[in-house]
Amino acid sequence: MEKEVIKPKNKIHPHKFTLWVGIGSIVMMFAGLTSAYIVKRNQSGWVSYDLPIAFYYSTIVIILSSLTVHLAEKAFKVREMSKYRKLIALTLFLGLIFTVTQFFGFKEFWKMGMTLQANVSFSFLYVIVGLHALHIIGGVIAMIVMSLKAFSSKSRSYSIVPVQLISTYWHFVDILWIYLLIFLIMIK
Amino acid sequence: MSTAILNETAQHEVHGEAHHEHHHQETFLTKYIFSQDHKMIAKQFLVTGIIWAFIGGLFSVVFRLQLADPNATYPFLEDFLGHWAKGGKLQPEFYYALVTMHGTILVFFVLTAGLSGTFANFLIPLQIGARDMASPLLNMLSYWFFFLASIIMLSSLFVQTGPASGGWTIYPPLSALGEASQGSKIGMDLWLVSMAMFIVSSLLGGLNYITTILNMRTKGMSMTRMPLTIWALFFTAVLGVLSFPVLLSGAILLLFDRNLGTSFYLSDIVVAGKIMPNEGGSAILFQHLFWFLGHPEVYIILLPAMGMSSEILSVNSRKPIFGYMAMVGSLFAITILAFLVWAHHMFVTGLNPFLGSVFVLLTLLIAVPSAIKVFNWLTTLWRGNIRFTPAMMFAIGFVSLFISGGLTGIFLGNSALDIHLHDTYFVIAHFHIVMGVASFFGLFAGVYHWYPKMFGRYLNNTLSYIHFWITIVGAYLIFWPMHYEGLAGMPRRYYDFSNWESFKNFGGLNQFISIIAMLVFAAQILFIINFFYSIWKGRKVTTLNPWNANTLEWTTPIRPGHGNWPGDIPEVHRWPYDYAKDGKDFIPQDVPVGDDESKH
Repeated sequence: MEKEVIKPKNKIHPHKFTLWVGIGSIVMMFAGLTSAYIVKRNQSGWVSYDLPIAFYYSTIVIILSSLTVHLAEKAFKVREMSKYRKLIALTLFLGLIFTVTQFFGFKEFWKMGMTLQANVSFSFLYVIVGLHALHIIGGVIAMIVMSLKAFSSKSRSYSIVPVQLISTYWHFVDILWIYLLIFLIMIK
Repeated sequence: MSTAILNETAQHEVHGEAHHEHHHQETFLTKYIFSQDHKMIAKQFLVTGIIWAFIGGLFSVVFRLQLADPNATYPFLEDFLGHWAKGGKLQPEFYYALVTMHGTILVFFVLTAGLSGTFANFLIPLQIGARDMASPLLNMLSYWFFFLASIIMLSSLFVQTGPASGGWTIYPPLSALGEASQGSKIGMDLWLVSMAMFIVSSLLGGLNYITTILNMRTKGMSMTRMPLTIWALFFTAVLGVLSFPVLLSGAILLLFDRNLGTSFYLSDIVVAGKIMPNEGGSAILFQHLFWFLGHPEVYIILLPAMGMSSEILSVNSRKPIFGYMAMVGSLFAITILAFLVWAHHMFVTGLNPFLGSVFVLLTLLIAVPSAIKVFNWLTTLWRGNIRFTPAMMFAIGFVSLFISGGLTGIFLGNSALDIHLHDTYFVIAHFHIVMGVASFFGLFAGVYHWYPKMFGRYLNNTLSYIHFWITIVGAYLIFWPMHYEGLAGMPRRYYDFSNWESFKNFGGLNQFISIIAMLVFAAQILFIINFFYSIWKGRKVTTLNPWNANTLEWTTPIRPGHGNWPGDIPEVHRWPYDYAKDGKDFIPQDVPVGDDESKH
């Protein structure tokens, strides 16, 4: 009988695990796009460009938001709910700011004549950065739901899993952005 | 023992949701339409897959009519197809639309969604001992995204300019420019949107399959005690989750090229005397992105068939599977190699010959795990106490087809030979046998084997055997001659061969192939009739374990409810292949190991 003693192995919640696999999937999509970018970069007709300044501001914003979501998760863990509410709302706000600065970045870029159709190199920037922004917007929508729940008097949520999910996802899109930024600076 | 109890509470926490739902009253809508029960979702995938297979198969019959005799007219076609078959003669544009849609439907909608959608959903929770998938909601969404994709693809058949017609590989520039052909207009956009939905569906499914297998196994079900079906479905999901996103990125770039004036894939193109403004793109880039999915896709289609055949061969040989760990290892090797061989589809694109030879080497390496699998299947059969059930017949048929089709892969994987064979009927013959028909055989084997578990009834045996014999003989008669046509240089996707002196000789052979194709299609209708008739009128299953199999799904009630096991989930004490052991015919996985039992 002693052979049959199985240690409790289900340490990671299935939803969290699903998120990690999903992150792997998103990574593959951006890996596909960035490798396509490298291939094109080495062909004729490529135009180098500098990234709009707004993108650097948005980097600061998203790093800050990663910090606030981390603190929100910590506050939730020790059940300081009012602190959690403030921090999750702040993260949501920073997520929106990020989206707006990205938009201004695009606008700045476009005004300098680097439109979507002008050259493949610019087209790539719009698609890659745009797809990342869509992932941010997805996170923002999730965060809106979380905030509504946090501020609602009716729902009392005690499970930390959703908070951890959003936090992991948010750190991921943050790191993804930093990767993309460095990639776009290095290979242009 | 206390750890065991602790584990059980952890399990209950995880399954809390599923238990809860189990007690809900189910209405028609929640039971059959918006069901979150993995078994119902599996049936939804299966029935949708069957409908698609019928449509896709019918398309092949129609374009085979054209190939049988390019100059014949069939007035009845005009009644059905209108201006696509003016005067009863299939129009060239529509011929291309038919081959494109045949490929798309069969590869993605039938052999990806219909095959892994059905069996991953049905078998994973049942065979690993879970009440449902990790996320039943995502699972339901996975089906509904597939359904949405189906509706969009189906609607593309009815737009005025017709569905996509640039081949299922949708290479640009043909697919990127609306001006290029009728099928490159709105039909192509619908194709891309539909495929985007399809990719979302398979990602949601894949996430769930992987998580469920790794996190929700019952007590005692260690990874090395999992049936080979589960291993195969696991690697299939890994392949899908990692390769489909790359196709998605390729498709997004194509959508931009088509609708927003970018030039990712386009450069220096003249359409009908008009110079297009696009500059700086590369059509080859698309091929890289496409085949990075496209090749793993072959194994997404094939691995579930391999896994199910392994299980069925063992059960019906009444023998343990030969070389279990080698089977798992070879599945793993195939999964890794699947990502490293995509450029063998691109030998003639001007690829650097050195790079080409690297891809030749990696491609030919696949022969090693494939040969291990074939060897193990044959040794499982060797001196077995074989029961020729319909499922077993199809599983053996799968092995046969996998060998015949796999051998021609060695020809094609060789870049020097591929220059001659590329885009000929040799390629058509190869992939139809090894991937198309073989996987269909795996699918049929699975349906015949698990039908009693799905519907609580048996399929009609006589019809099943007729279905098998017509299909296997027919498949060989259709595709074997195509090898010769291909060696003679007959190119694929041509509408009319009668203008070439060298291909005219194949007129009779083409006619023969078309007649057999129609016969085989008729046999599939027989299967469909059998399938639907037996759901309501088939002989009822009266024993829990009709095939005397060891796996856990046969410990559930004959018609399991949502949650699968009415009481506790059974514990697992052994691997699933204890057949003909210690004088016993079979020992199910939930039977504790006796003190005097020998090791396997």
